[in-house]
Amino acid sequence: MKRAGGPTVIPNFGHGSSCVTGDHVFCWGWVRGHWADTLGPALTQHVELTAIAVGIGFAIAFLLGLATHRVNRIEQPVGVVSALLYTIPSFALFQLLVPFTGLTWTTVEIALVGYTLVILYPAVVAGLRSPSDDVLEAARGMGLTPLQILTRVELPLAVPVIISGLRVAVVSTISIATIAAFVGPYGLGNPIFLALKEPTPFKTEIYTAGFLAVALALVCDAALLILRRTLVPWADRRFA
Amino acid sequence: MSLLLDAANAHTFVDAFRFIGDNPGFLARKALEQLELSGAALGIGLAVALPLGVVLGHLHRGSGVAVGASIVGRALPSLVLIAAFLTLLGIGFVNNMVALAVLATGPILTNSFDAVDRVDRDAVESARGMGMTGMQILHQVELPLALPLLFIGIRIAAVTVVATAPIAAIAGGGGLGDIIVNQASYRLSGVLGASLCVMALSAGVFVALIWLQGALTPAGVRRIRVGVDPSRKE
Repeated sequence: MKRAGGPTVIPNFGHGSSCVTGDHVFCWGWVRGHWADTLGPALTQHVELTAIAVGIGFAIAFLLGLATHRVNRIEQPVGVVSALLYTIPSFALFQLLVPFTGLTWTTVEIALVGYTLVILYPAVVAGLRSPSDDVLEAARGMGLTPLQILTRVELPLAVPVIISGLRVAVVSTISIATIAAFVGPYGLGNPIFLALKEPTPFKTEIYTAGFLAVALALVCDAALLILRRTLVPWADRRFA
Repeated sequence: MSLLLDAANAHTFVDAFRFIGDNPGFLARKALEQLELSGAALGIGLAVALPLGVVLGHLHRGSGVAVGASIVGRALPSLVLIAAFLTLLGIGFVNNMVALAVLATGPILTNSFDAVDRVDRDAVESARGMGMTGMQILHQVELPLALPLLFIGIRIAAVTVVATAPIAAIAGGGGLGDIIVNQASYRLSGVLGASLCVMALSAGVFVALIWLQGALTPAGVRRIRVGVDPSRKE
């Protein structure tokens, strides 16, 4: 990949240790040296991107879900819109938002929130529907008002399904957020993007950032699974 | 101020459509390149994951493999796969094809396992009672009943691969992504135009597969409805 003729472009990786300049498979020294200025901040940013997207997405999905629970009619239109949104490739959606919000963090978040909605909205609706008619009948028979039924019966019973939805949403968002690097220097996609732009793709940076993204997703998935086991230990006996 | 902004936006999108109108041949060639890459990747993914998932589902074994494939498949970002295979296999067609094929195996494996595993046990039992062999049960009972769910996996994989293929442009994959990552040459109008084409292409693949599914599903199975699991998204 060295350019023919002209001056040889030497990649600037900071300290030019022999491992880095010699294009070795993996350089621990580089990871240690650049954790503080490259990898750490990228990881933090990735967590922020994901947390904001899932947080906003969940708030919207929850309110829309509650609304749907009251007014069934809006389920189909919302469902159709989200199915359409889901077929738009993230790579293209990011670009299509650029004329409106520019190459900014907002552009990335709008797209990410959109995708979380597609997963979280059906999860909230399905969750609120999970109590059986017998359970609702019993609650009514005990004299609970509709609001009490919602807060004491339907919402607690919806938790397992909602957490399952959150697991899918969080893991997908972490994965899609790597594409944000095409919009701006955001998240773990950015070190990968920069490493690919070097005359010789810089392996250490690609492997480390890639590993961090996958590890982050798996850790979040496991954390939500543990949360579900703690909050609703009865769920695993009923919902596989 | 906001009026000005709106005018500028409208202008950008008009330019994007003008770009599409001015370069139909070029865009079609790039789209074809992208479809070739996606087709090859999907073919490999199908060849590896479909038999494995179907056989494991038939034996009701290896649910751990299927669940693991779905979790790891979801957690592996396409950019990471493409970059990692670039360092292993060099720049060009093969590295992207392999990366996209890996991406396709997750949903295909999980859904084909699930589809066959979940076929009504009573139906399988009846078939066995009628004296069908394992192979006959698989061919004449399990696969036709599993088709709708199985196709969802293939559809997710196909749309994922086609939608991800433009990212492969950063690793020499060609296709419409070449235009999207090269704003310096094609300007924002070209980038947007190509993005719109990517959207149309993945929507087209989605619709084509729904049609194919309808054509392949036996009439008796069409009445069975299954939900869509958006388990994979790039």
